[in-house]
Amino acid sequence: MEVLHQPKVIVGLGSCGIAAGAAKTYERLLDIKAAGKLNFDLAKTSCVGMCYKEPLVEIHDQRGWVMYGDMTEDRIEQLLERHIGENEIVEEYAVSASSFKASEDDFLKGQLRIALRNCGHIDPESIEEAEQHRAYKAIQNILALEIPAEEVIQTVFDSGLRGRGGGGFLTGLKWRFAAQSESDEKYIICNADEGDPGAFMDRSLLEGDPHSVLEGMMIGGYAIGASHGVIYCRAEYPLAIKRLNIAIRQAKSKGYLGDQAFGNKNFSFDIYVKEGAGAFVCGEETALIASIEGQRGMPRKRPPFPAVSGLWQKPTNINNVETWANIPWIINNGSEAYAALGTEKSKGTKVFALTGKIKHGGLVEVPMGITINDIIFKLGGGIQDGKKFKAVQLGGPSGGCIPAHLGHTAVDYDSVNATGAIMGSGGMVVMDESTCMIDLAKFFLRFTQDESCGKCTFCRIGTKRMLEILERITDGKGEAQDIERLETLADQIKNNSLCGLGQTAPNPVLTTLKYFREEYEAHIFQKKCPAKVCKPLLHYSIHPTKCTGCTVCAKKCPTNAIDGERKGLHTINQELCIQCGECYTVCRFDAVVVD
Amino acid sequence: MRIHRIALEPQALAEKQYDLQPLQQVFAKYKYKSGSLIPLLQAAQEHFGFLPAAVFPAIAQETGVAESVIYGVATFYAQFRLKPVGKNIIKVCHGTACHVQNATALTDALRDELGVKDGGTTPDGLFTLESVACLGCCSLAPVMMIGENTHGKLNGKMALKILRSIKNDALVLTQ
Ligand SMILES: Cc1cc2nc3c(=O)[nH]c(=O)nc-3n(C[C@H](O)[C@H](O)[C@H](O)COP(=O)(O)O)c2cc1C
Ligand code: SF4
Ligand code: SF4
Ligand code: FES
Ligand code: FES
Repeated sequence: MEVLHQPKVIVGLGSCGIAAGAAKTYERLLDIKAAGKLNFDLAKTSCVGMCYKEPLVEIHDQRGWVMYGDMTEDRIEQLLERHIGENEIVEEYAVSASSFKASEDDFLKGQLRIALRNCGHIDPESIEEAEQHRAYKAIQNILALEIPAEEVIQTVFDSGLRGRGGGGFLTGLKWRFAAQSESDEKYIICNADEGDPGAFMDRSLLEGDPHSVLEGMMIGGYAIGASHGVIYCRAEYPLAIKRLNIAIRQAKSKGYLGDQAFGNKNFSFDIYVKEGAGAFVCGEETALIASIEGQRGMPRKRPPFPAVSGLWQKPTNINNVETWANIPWIINNGSEAYAALGTEKSKGTKVFALTGKIKHGGLVEVPMGITINDIIFKLGGGIQDGKKFKAVQLGGPSGGCIPAHLGHTAVDYDSVNATGAIMGSGGMVVMDESTCMIDLAKFFLRFTQDESCGKCTFCRIGTKRMLEILERITDGKGEAQDIERLETLADQIKNNSLCGLGQTAPNPVLTTLKYFREEYEAHIFQKKCPAKVCKPLLHYSIHPTKCTGCTVCAKKCPTNAIDGERKGLHTINQELCIQCGECYTVCRFDAVVVD
Repeated sequence: MRIHRIALEPQALAEKQYDLQPLQQVFAKYKYKSGSLIPLLQAAQEHFGFLPAAVFPAIAQETGVAESVIYGVATFYAQFRLKPVGKNIIKVCHGTACHVQNATALTDALRDELGVKDGGTTPDGLFTLESVACLGCCSLAPVMMIGENTHGKLNGKMALKILRSIKNDALVLTQ
């Protein structure tokens, strides 16, 4: 614990915090500090993942630390005056604290942070702070003790760590393949393409603790005998790219990267960042390699696997950001410590991005094997606006929906796969009764259809046909045989596609068909959307006794479909109604009925 | 969410002259190493805001890569634009979290107000409307980004309000 001469104020400046106004809060703090009335040190960190309380400001002083939430620029001055000026703990904004139970302790308490160990605790732009938190200890130990590469690989193997990018392949085994390939040159790649729309684990990690990823890659390079590393990061993450480049510069200037890294004659390793250019399929490893080589990012047939012939036809080992971030911890703490966590076949922890209709949206890291219900209700605080939990989507466009009645499912690779969904990279989108499952399936299919590279006929055209059927169903023009057609197409696409994009594209449709078939049937046969989302299937009318004749809806209706005398019952002309829902929104008497 | 930035209208071909001189600096920086095609295109787009047609033969000459291959790469990736863009790029997030929180309403409202399709630019050159997948602020869904500023927890009306205030500022500036 560092000695504090005066209070230290730390602002969380991840992309997410900045979007919520943290940069303005920071500027305000600079002004307050400059004014000189209150004395404190000002520092930056990245994000702890408590998105729903951003901007977050942490204050350390002799009393310990308190984290305050919702610290927008207009609130911060008053808070400082109370906390620092008057020595008061401002409980109404405290979300977590060292010395008392604060409002959001549950969100943090249920977590176990390994990959995210430093996120929100260090200034990600300072290598010194990272080193105070054990950065580069693992690689330094390996080099100092001359631990053989094979032993490092065995440690990773024994830890049971599986790839966090979605596939879940045993990391140690993958390393061994790459290590066994003979070549004058080998490569390490960090997959930071994070294509799943609605997932931000990797972004947060890169923004919050870039050194952990660099160190992981160094250890990988040492283990397989590679001297170059590439981080392929999506261009939509400018802050992550900036912080990675800062971290690389700092590591270089300290001699941790480059020729004879750490002053070791036998170890040279270099890393550079390659910006993606916006193509989901480039998350697939062979497409990613093609993209680094400057080509169209199209997958190719495997074998040969990248471990044999990858970047520039050299043996290459690709792992995901979160996988890399776990490595230094495993080396420092031993494989047993990691393998002690989780379940029999899924060891360790996993980071999830909790979003959708959840009260406490954010980033959580939990031990494998915890149940979905625990994540949603214990950590996530349950569903927004007191609505009912309907389903959770895991694995993005490649994954599927797990319905509420399977909420007891343990989050590990095998249990999740058994439901028809996949673990994926960690996107967890929570849905309530107001989400239409067919609309959701359509959303994902439109995404994969757009992103298909076009190489395989079934992926290119089959997804388009499926999308057309889903569009027809949500337009109220569904036909009796459509469900069967979807199933046939899904089967064909799964079996006739080259890469994971095509092979998994039907999953969102198949899982919703499995668990929410009655919703498909309602759309097709009754021409109704039970969640009241699909506009062409909605029918607006005015309740004869609830309507007070206030005329508001008639004035707002864009097509003048509503008629009625002041203080008299209003009615909707169905011929003119375009189902925009404006009347439903404006009526203060709940008189507009939608069914 | 991929939008279609490839111009089909012939007018985009009859484009004005662009000074390609600044590209030389970029060429000097990357030389031509295999693998630098995408960074070259990114740098060119950074400079012009999009990829004018004249860029393709210039890069082809410099790198020795066939123009058709370069065009193939440029059209494969969603990031590259072959049409000029507006002063303000409005990126409406259509990631899963935003979709579930009704991002469609934002795009619909903006599209009607601006009179352009997804990917289109207003005739006054003030706005380009785009869809993106996940801006990484999912807990503020639905989200849109205009320039550097991210706006969260929106609905159609709020999105229009922000749009109009930018329009007004632009008017004030030109007066
Ligand atoms: C269409 C498609 C997209 C993918 N996108 C990503 C991604 O964004 N990030 C990622 O780490 N892995 C992604 N993967 C998985 C990678 O191909 C690869 O398995 C992974 O990077 C390996 O690292 P890991 O073993 O550490 O998980 C994707 C796979 C497919 C088929
Ligand atoms: S399955 Fe789809 S994305 Fe994958 S290679 Fe084939 S066409 Fe391309
Ligand atoms: S707004 Fe409601 S109460 Fe007023 S006229 Fe319309 S339906 Fe009746
Ligand atoms: S607060 Fe940073 S990920 Fe949300
Ligand atoms: S889904 Fe919109 S910000 Fe992530």
